[in-house]
Amino acid sequence: MKLLQTNLHEIETAAELEKMINENDNVMVCCGRMGPMCMPVYDVMEELEEERTDVKFAVMAFDSPEAGIIRNAPECRGFMGLPFTMYYKDGKVTHATSSIQNMQQVTSILDEQFAEKV
Amino acid sequence: MDEVFDVMILGAGAAGLTAGIYASRAKLSTLILNEGAVGGQMVLTEEIANYPGVPATKGYMLANTMKQQAKSFGCKIKSNIKIASYHFEGKVKTVELEDGRSFQAKSIILTPGGRPRSLNLPGEEQFKGKGISYCATCDGDFFTGKEVVVVGGGNSALEEAVALTQYATKVTIVHQFDHFQAFKYAVEEAQKNPKIEFIMESELRGFYGNGVLQKVEIEHLSTKKRSELYIDGTFIFVGYQPNTESIKDLVQLNERNEIMVDEAMKTNIEGVFAAGDCINKKYRQVTTAVAEGTIAALSTAKYLSEIKVEQEEVLNEQV
Repeated sequence: MKLLQTNLHEIETAAELEKMINENDNVMVCCGRMGPMCMPVYDVMEELEEERTDVKFAVMAFDSPEAGIIRNAPECRGFMGLPFTMYYKDGKVTHATSSIQNMQQVTSILDEQFAEKV
Repeated sequence: MDEVFDVMILGAGAAGLTAGIYASRAKLSTLILNEGAVGGQMVLTEEIANYPGVPATKGYMLANTMKQQAKSFGCKIKSNIKIASYHFEGKVKTVELEDGRSFQAKSIILTPGGRPRSLNLPGEEQFKGKGISYCATCDGDFFTGKEVVVVGGGNSALEEAVALTQYATKVTIVHQFDHFQAFKYAVEEAQKNPKIEFIMESELRGFYGNGVLQKVEIEHLSTKKRSELYIDGTFIFVGYQPNTESIKDLVQLNERNEIMVDEAMKTNIEGVFAAGDCINKKYRQVTTAVAEGTIAALSTAKYLSEIKVEQEEVLNEQV
């Protein structure tokens, strides 16, 4: 059951997340609630989804038991602010952030983490 | 940059979206440019219970409804953009974006809103989301069984401090004055809560930790004595500031950096109006922003009809 009211794809199970990160080179997943710190990040992702076709964007409900795969990830140790945002490249976590992020912060992470390695 | 819009609205909070609804419904070609997320401070409000005609609702839901309403009347909205420069002189106003795009309009409504103040202290950015928060509703449960500091002395600070006692074992309010600016009921509620302690006439000087926030440095303002307080989290509620830095040399501001407007929401520049949390006013509520957005849009429509008449008269004289 979808819990987040966004225009982004909502991942509902840990298995679906695993499948997505294994089938796509670059994936950004924002794990949050419909709260004031999470909404701006979803908004940034919706804006970027049109232009960053090299990245798969998705959200996951923080309170879903299935989101334990993100909540309990070692990269999120010490995180105490929603949302938890994960960046995956080639099936592996390359970066994670806690709390609100603006467009500039998200795009610089995308550019840095998902740049083509020569 | 082909189309010259009738109205360009800079900001998509309650005032901007309302102006967008009114302007586009009046058949004015309308563009909203927004540097942040659509909804402004509404989105940062967990529950809005005093918006007339709407039972208690989430701030983001009210914002989303306003956004859809504006779009349904033909208003175009571009959010998360970055504005590089403004040109408000002359009959046609231009806004240039950092990505090279530019947009033109016959009139402007400034609705950049405000934002929560940060303390700009060492470690603040480093520990954001790792102990430092600006939203008790969002992050309070991460501090269950822990000790936190709340910075501020207004209604938000005291109400959020009380809310945090649901989770934290101890909440210490640090405030720069010897009294609170909050309403009496909020002060009394905090004072009678056994989990809340107060450090008055003091300010934070820095945040420290190893990966996560572990302690803050506090200075007592009259004695200048500094001390350390070991805590797990800090919640910062030190008010709002208008987002007018980038337009301070373009329109007239007051000493609080708020845009000066008259009762029609006109600024000192012809064809430029302003509304919402960025203007000189006493009460900052969704309802007041909505009212000002309405007035700004109606004043803009009047302005556009007047310049249209002027242009027609000039053309007739030439014929």
